[in-house]
Amino acid sequence: MQSVEKGLSMDMATQNASLAQPLAPAVAAPSTKVVARDVNVYYGEKHAIKNVSIDIPDNSVTAFIGPSGCGKSTFLRSINRMNDTIPICRVNGRIELEGQDIYDPRLDVVQLHARVGMVFQKPNPFPKSIYENVAYGPRIHGLAASKTELDEIVQTSLIKAGLFNEVKDRLNDTGTGLSGGQQQRLCIARAIAVSPDVILMDEPCSALDPIATAKVEELIDELRQNFCIIIVTHSMQQAARVSQRTAFFHLGVLVEEGETAQIFTNPQDKRTQDYITGRFG
Amino acid sequence: MTDLAAPPATSIATPPRRLSALMDQSRIRARYRSEARFRSYGLIALGLTTLFLVFLLADIFRNGVPAFWQHHVVLEVTVPREAVTVDGKVDAQSIRAADYFPITRDALKAAIPGIESRSGERTLVRLLSTGAADELRARLAADPSLVGKPVKTRLLLSDDADLYFKQPSADISERAARGIATPNGTTGTVTILSSANDFADDIVRLKQVLTARLRAVETEHARLSRAGGSDSVLQRLRELDEERKELAARVSAPKVAEDLNDKLPSLLVAINGGLVKVTKLEDIRIEGEVLLPLASTADAAPGSWKIVTYAVPASNRKVSDQEVAFLERLKADGKVESAFNTRFFTAGDSREPELAGVRGALMGTALTLLVTLALCLPIGVLAAIYLEEFARKNWFTDIIEININNLAAVPSIVFGLLGLAVFLNFFGLPRSAPLVGGLVLALLVLPTIIIAARAALKAVPPSIKEAALGVGASHQQAVFHHVLPLAMPGIMTGTIIGMAHALGETAPLLMIGMIAFIVDVPQSFTQAATVLPVQIYLWSDLPEQAFQAKTAAAIIVLLMFLFLMNGAAIWLRKRFERRW
Repeated sequence: MQSVEKGLSMDMATQNASLAQPLAPAVAAPSTKVVARDVNVYYGEKHAIKNVSIDIPDNSVTAFIGPSGCGKSTFLRSINRMNDTIPICRVNGRIELEGQDIYDPRLDVVQLHARVGMVFQKPNPFPKSIYENVAYGPRIHGLAASKTELDEIVQTSLIKAGLFNEVKDRLNDTGTGLSGGQQQRLCIARAIAVSPDVILMDEPCSALDPIATAKVEELIDELRQNFCIIIVTHSMQQAARVSQRTAFFHLGVLVEEGETAQIFTNPQDKRTQDYITGRFG
Repeated sequence: MTDLAAPPATSIATPPRRLSALMDQSRIRARYRSEARFRSYGLIALGLTTLFLVFLLADIFRNGVPAFWQHHVVLEVTVPREAVTVDGKVDAQSIRAADYFPITRDALKAAIPGIESRSGERTLVRLLSTGAADELRARLAADPSLVGKPVKTRLLLSDDADLYFKQPSADISERAARGIATPNGTTGTVTILSSANDFADDIVRLKQVLTARLRAVETEHARLSRAGGSDSVLQRLRELDEERKELAARVSAPKVAEDLNDKLPSLLVAINGGLVKVTKLEDIRIEGEVLLPLASTADAAPGSWKIVTYAVPASNRKVSDQEVAFLERLKADGKVESAFNTRFFTAGDSREPELAGVRGALMGTALTLLVTLALCLPIGVLAAIYLEEFARKNWFTDIIEININNLAAVPSIVFGLLGLAVFLNFFGLPRSAPLVGGLVLALLVLPTIIIAARAALKAVPPSIKEAALGVGASHQQAVFHHVLPLAMPGIMTGTIIGMAHALGETAPLLMIGMIAFIVDVPQSFTQAATVLPVQIYLWSDLPEQAFQAKTAAAIIVLLMFLFLMNGAAIWLRKRFERRW
């Protein structure tokens, strides 16, 4: 229910976009959106995430960096319980979304997915029309009472994803026919159409060319106004460009976490320093 | 950094050897040879397959295509009012119930005038099928006003007569005679005298036939006497001995007159519009039975009369000389017509080849496959979705999976036995019914569909499902909204391949009684029916020669059905195929 109400208030907010930013107070004093305490993730015998504790603020971009296989994607996917689909994966510890334990057995995982949206490494639009791609989420959650409302949600989502002007004349064309960067922005539009609290992005630009990457990065920066965004990236430049906070993972351990500027200019840990200066990884 | 450390020293030392190995032409040639060999194996295999396929199809079509045409006699028939009147009324029902045999018989007799002997009449009537009047009956029933008026109608010929026209015999030859012939009668037994020795050649040829036959008898006699032994052999030896003596006497005798019978090649004389079958042969004179009455006893000028020989003895033929005479006369009068055999597609089975059709088997097949599809598709697809997407992977689902794979390899007759034991004996369902056939075939096809559907579901990229889960779709929504539609082309293909498999299945249906001889076209799922492959099997077993062509024709129909289904499979795949 909560997500529905949130979705509607969101729409009203975007309709009155010319008025002052409705979430301005939150920007002024970022509240903590996601809290993780002593999170351990196991793939069968493998201990993939070791005792990670982190606070992630709202209305900001938090970047997870680290060498391949360090567990940053695994940790990201445990924030919306996407790991549940892997049978051998076990998670313990505590992850809270707005103070609610997301591993609470009474919590509905599907609702959680709607509240914590996800954008994947490879653009994966549904092989349906652009319109259907965006409309799917609102439709299954009953966010729109009528066709016109649904049209509006699709339109605002596409506008927010910076894709509307490029596709407004061909909303009924198949989403897979777009270019890679457009597909990824379509996926972002699809994710924000259900008005999530948090958007997780798993290396969203690694399959894109530099121009498309720049557009997506710009978009991420804009979305920060309304969403809590967590992004996993291989590119330290990207982390530096788009994020306010950065967390460095190494071998399943959260080595260091802090303001992006501080991590990149004045890392406290030797391993962080070695990584950002290109000694390994 | 680490991968740059200490490059192996050997790599610097080796180049001379590696280069020399690369330069080795013989290795390259060996590789080329091996590739060429492999390609030629492929070509040979393809060529052989094509050859077999072409041979098979050519044989089937050569045998089967004639069965799609049927010969009729076209006659003007007048059905008298009283013949179709029941209780003083003429209506569709009385027209259907009437006996048309005498009417068609009289019409045919009118077409060939002058047949007086009862045996000739019987022969003439036997040329018609027992269902000859079906078309006439249908036309009259549709339009009763035609009663009493002459109606031009097609009368179906019997299978032997039809075959006679379909297989033009090269054994018939005719030549013009040289002398002036004088017949001494127009019907019955006649003598024809020729002014030249027109028949001398025939006597010579007859002697040759007799000599050849004598040799054959002698060879057989020698073989049997070597084998010796049982009473039956001795009996046969005595018969052969007698035959040998008789033949030897005939061959050596300088007799100028020879008797002809049905075991010897037929000799006919066409004269004065009639036809005479020779029974006694001399140089210039013959004696014979009149098959078609002569117009007169007038002298026939040289060239105006003909001598016809039929090399195959009448006893070795399906059609007698008399029947050939009638058929040739009807044909010469333009009364025989070949038309597309619509009855083949509108009639059920019959003991008479010319009346038999595949409609019953087609309907049976359609009903059976409908039952199979209605059961298989939902159960198979849902089972595949459950096993692939929802079931926990444990020993129990492993056992189910292994069993499904094994079931796909179980001999089909076992499913037939199962159907017999469970559906017929335990549940008491009707025998020979498409319902039971469909149930049995569903068991047979289910594993195929489950395996194909699972493969299709597995082939859908997981990113699609993740995308759906990512926007908050439940697992079930993700599967039914996104994974299943993408897997549908593969599932369709698998289903249709399974159905094609079911279409060609015979063995399990024999077990549940779908092999019965069923004339009526089935209208419901519980009526007795048979299916195309079983119909083919049944017909292939029948002694009548015309059923051979029917068998091949039914195979063609079955193949067309198959091509249609496979075409649909390809079309569906192309239609629903999506890129992602």
